[in-house]
Amino acid sequence: MVAAAALAEVPGHSAAGAALDIEQVSHAFDIDGAELPVLTEVSIAVEPGEFVALLGPSGCGKSTLLRLVAGLDKPQSGSLREDEIRITRPHPSRVVVFQDPTLFPWRTVWDNVALGLEAQGILTSQRHRVDAALDLVGLSDFRTAYPHQLSGGMAQRVALARALVNDPKILILDEPLGKLDSLTRITMQAELVSLWQRKGFTTLLVTHDAEEALVLANRVVVFSERPARVKADIRVDRPYPRHRGDPYLADLRRQILGLLGLDATW
Amino acid sequence: MSTYSLSDGRASGAPRLSRAPLLAHWFLESGPGILASAAWMIFGLSCLWWEDVGDWSRTHSLGIAAFVIAAVALFGTVSADYLGSAGRALRQRAPWLIALGAFLTLWEVATAKFAWLPLPFFPPPQSIIEVYTDDLPKLLDSVFASVRLQLGGYLIGAAAGFLTGVSIGWSRAVGYWVHPVLRFIGPLPATAWLPIAFFTFPSSWSASTFLIALATGFPVTVLTWSGVASVSTAYYDVARTLGAKPSFLVLKVAIPAALPHVFVGLFMGLGASFAVLVVAEMIGVKAGLGWYLQWAQGWAAYANMYAALIVMSLLCSGAITLLFAIRDRLLVWQKGTVKW
Ligand SMILES: Nc1ncnc2c1ncn2[C@@H]1O[C@H](COP(=O)(O)OP(=O)(O)OP(=O)(O)O)[C@@H](O)[C@H]1O
Ligand SMILES: [Mg+2]
Repeated sequence: MVAAAALAEVPGHSAAGAALDIEQVSHAFDIDGAELPVLTEVSIAVEPGEFVALLGPSGCGKSTLLRLVAGLDKPQSGSLREDEIRITRPHPSRVVVFQDPTLFPWRTVWDNVALGLEAQGILTSQRHRVDAALDLVGLSDFRTAYPHQLSGGMAQRVALARALVNDPKILILDEPLGKLDSLTRITMQAELVSLWQRKGFTTLLVTHDAEEALVLANRVVVFSERPARVKADIRVDRPYPRHRGDPYLADLRRQILGLLGLDATW
Repeated sequence: MSTYSLSDGRASGAPRLSRAPLLAHWFLESGPGILASAAWMIFGLSCLWWEDVGDWSRTHSLGIAAFVIAAVALFGTVSADYLGSAGRALRQRAPWLIALGAFLTLWEVATAKFAWLPLPFFPPPQSIIEVYTDDLPKLLDSVFASVRLQLGGYLIGAAAGFLTGVSIGWSRAVGYWVHPVLRFIGPLPATAWLPIAFFTFPSSWSASTFLIALATGFPVTVLTWSGVASVSTAYYDVARTLGAKPSFLVLKVAIPAALPHVFVGLFMGLGASFAVLVVAEMIGVKAGLGWYLQWAQGWAAYANMYAALIVMSLLCSGAITLLFAIRDRLLVWQKGTVKW
């Protein structure tokens, strides 16, 4: 938590979240001439500083939606706007932690985390932010290691640090904690919430884990099978830190699992 | 340069219980070194024992040198424990020293002493030593000429190939124009250009530089290109979301990711350019080791040819070793790379 504070209190960096408007977005892929619809008229309006979790069956189109938000792909129809400005290309105010860590194997851990600052040409004056981000994910001792020397979970943490160091307005997370052991996972969830509360960035989190969604998010959006539609948009009005045993959350969880097609006895 | 050890497994750590195993252990460790010393002693003896069948001036010196090497090997083996890494290195190479001593003895006896092998074509070791001592200036001149020509041509070819490869891999427009040319001209052996090149270039030296660059450039271009083309788009996605501009994508993503391929191209180019170098020197350039070989053949100076061949192979092997060293430095992040 100390490290989170260090990263959050960088002077000269306004840490407000941005609003995100996803409006009537539809998207399809072309697979050998056949059209594969992936998103149908998805609309989500995210307030500045909100923490939204996206839940849905595997292959329904969650990662596709995140790529559109990041500006890596253009939607077939509909529009995406960050603070009323149409998203047409990637921008470091929207940083993505991908489902695969995709660290650059030729860079050390430190250099991987420094990637964003280097790309924006501000690394020389901001080196301490890299150190703070590495502290935050507990990998300071591995700053000179190469990615092939890391475990899967460690690599995922480096990817998280690489995103956080950029001080994004919208943080886009594609199952970033999926590969972590349950202990580290809980720690990282707490760090994430604390960081988000301090800095106030808007967060979009894709997860398979309904419990994780409920512990972390203000709002849980549940998608249908592919092509994804918004099936439910649930507010989670509980103060932080939340407890996993909270009966209110347990109730919501049952409801969400029901929406995902799982038997209510779960 | 790495050396494989034959006895790594039992080199140390044997429990010392009684006298007999101790002796056996000592012999296992030091035996090869002592045998190597013996082999070189025999080589020295073979030089001095019989009369030469021909007239060679370095037979005596060679014999003495062999005895010196034998003495050094013996001393090194006995006191290997006190010599640190040098002692270990000697122990590791002892089997090779045995083989080398045996080979030299056989060579000496088969040529200089009994002429089992027909003489002008198979010169004895001492006549090759004689070349190194008596014809050194000319040999050195040839080495410098070859190195200069090779280095110039190779560096130009590698740089041009690298830039072309990156451009084709990166830009569709460049690829559209350069790719057909590359396909048409690239596979042609560079030596096929030789007659034309020697006519059209102002000097045979510039012509040879061009040919060496051509031989180097083709594999470097193709492999750099394929390296850049095969970079996973996920890397570009990551860099773009972090605010990377196109120049960053080329310099800090595409090129480092393609570097392992580039080095494969550099190795292939090096091999191809050696061949062009030697042919060019034999045919057009009046300097260099290729020319020296040609010249020696004209005089039926077979010892000079062998001497030049040995130097040439040392140079080529040295160049490859150097390239491996550079690669290992630049690609430390790769695991499981081949050791040369
Ligand atoms: N580049 C692409 N080309 C063609 N089809 C694609 C492409 N990317 C994704 N798809 C298809 O789009 C659908 C949705 O993929 P997406 O990666 O968005 O799923 P997801 O919801 O993130 O799944 P998971 O939870 O398993 O990660 C899949 O059926 C996939 O086959
Ligand atoms: Mg996904």
